[in-house]
Amino acid sequence: MAEEVKFMKGNEAIAHAAIRYGADGYFGYPITPQSEIMETLMDERPWETTGMVVLQAESEVAAINMVYGGAACGKRVMTSSSSPGISLKQEGISYMAGAELPALIVNVSRGGPGLGTIQPSQADYFQTVKGGGHGDYRLITLAPNSVQEMADHVALGFDLAFKYNNPAMILTDGVIGQMMEKVVLPPQRPRKTEEEIRREQPWATLGKTKDRKRNIITSLELDPSIMEENNIRFQAKYRRIEENEVLYEETLCEDAEYLIVAFGSQARISQKVVEMAREEGIKVGLFRPITLWPFPKKQLFEYSKKIKGILTVELNAGQMVEDVRLAVECRIPVEYYGRLGGIVPTPDEVLVELKKLVK
Amino acid sequence: MKQEIIIAGFGGQGVLSMGKILAYSGLSEDKEVTWFPSYGPEQRGGTANVTVILSDDKISSPILNAYDVAIILNQPSMDKFESKVKPGGILIFDGYGITKPPTRTDIRIFRIDAMNTASNEGNSKAFNMYVLGGLLKICPMVTLESVMQGLKKSLPERHHRLLPMNETAIKRGMELIEQL
Repeated sequence: MAEEVKFMKGNEAIAHAAIRYGADGYFGYPITPQSEIMETLMDERPWETTGMVVLQAESEVAAINMVYGGAACGKRVMTSSSSPGISLKQEGISYMAGAELPALIVNVSRGGPGLGTIQPSQADYFQTVKGGGHGDYRLITLAPNSVQEMADHVALGFDLAFKYNNPAMILTDGVIGQMMEKVVLPPQRPRKTEEEIRREQPWATLGKTKDRKRNIITSLELDPSIMEENNIRFQAKYRRIEENEVLYEETLCEDAEYLIVAFGSQARISQKVVEMAREEGIKVGLFRPITLWPFPKKQLFEYSKKIKGILTVELNAGQMVEDVRLAVECRIPVEYYGRLGGIVPTPDEVLVELKKLVK
Repeated sequence: MKQEIIIAGFGGQGVLSMGKILAYSGLSEDKEVTWFPSYGPEQRGGTANVTVILSDDKISSPILNAYDVAIILNQPSMDKFESKVKPGGILIFDGYGITKPPTRTDIRIFRIDAMNTASNEGNSKAFNMYVLGGLLKICPMVTLESVMQGLKKSLPERHHRLLPMNETAIKRGMELIEQL
């Protein structure tokens, strides 16, 4: 039987995908441009079907701590917000990284700093992939470029979070969140039973049984020698993630002399730029990181041996460009083009910048 | 086949919903579709616009340099989008509130007095359907049948009794539109 094609916003796709993943809970606080996520969940009333909890917390800080609590019980729990709200959640995210708790966090980011604007932005790249909260931790970061990927990355994000006991984030923007496109939603999965959680998440605080010691979930450790061991363990885990979980997409890269590197909404615009440039005989391809952390460093380094230059296209003042330059070890020119504060460039604009690099 | 369309006007004129109906119509014809709105305070009376792309192939950028068709429903949108119509493209505008009519000579320009007619006919809420009818008359990118299916999908069921009234408005719009 053919799967049913639906037509919806990226934000709505995230909500539907969360229910179908068998998520146990969503905790959030409304903010543009992602409010449709909780609105859709409230409309769908999953508590009457799968038993999923949907709760509007009193603040973003409360929401992320509800996620901490749910995750500590081994539950598949999530939250979503937009940039200013995600800033408020950073303490909780750092605590979750320190307590090794899995959860899904969605940032439909908007222009900043401060309250900024509600228009699309990728200015939270640094915040997401370099930490955000305090301490030496990493956040698994997925960057969907379509409504279909908004749906798909919910399962991917949860799966990675639970594979590594680490929070994962979907980092997107108002273009992908507000846009309507075709989407095929995943089939409905049942929520995990308590027995399954006890088996798969033996660390979960579901009530102590006689055959084991007490489970303690905390990021606090006052003995520095133990704390160092914890950190070494975290770092080893991060290296495993970097080794095994890098995702990217290459379009027209085989014969490319130049690459555009862009993620999310800007990869969509850049794809059009590549089509336009190819018509003019410029051999350019699009390299799209799907995981922003772990970043596809090795793949870009390999390209640096055979191409002449890279243009990154970002909705910020040049953030990912730093990681691209590090990846290619400055062997080739890496330029950046972007717009700020909620302005989205047109493909024409980007083509002009690409030609400056090609010249 | 690829149609890149912008619909722009005041919030409350049904700009976004008209785009949605067009998008759903394309969907009924198995086309690839993107619908990208301006979002935010526009829906409370500022300017609102939506970009709709209907295509036989996969769509790359939902954000465009220029459009095959621009449907312009107020002066600020005329100022912003007249220059963004591709040479040889189509500009449709509602005469109401337009103080500076379009001047380009390398595009086809059509006027539809939908606002006045809809209000004279006591059907001002279906204003956007008059405009949609005008569009379909000069640029039949989707069939009327698909539009009616699209309307059915985008309207909540409690409003399905309004479908015949919308069909009438679309057909009326087809009569109203005139080339300048």
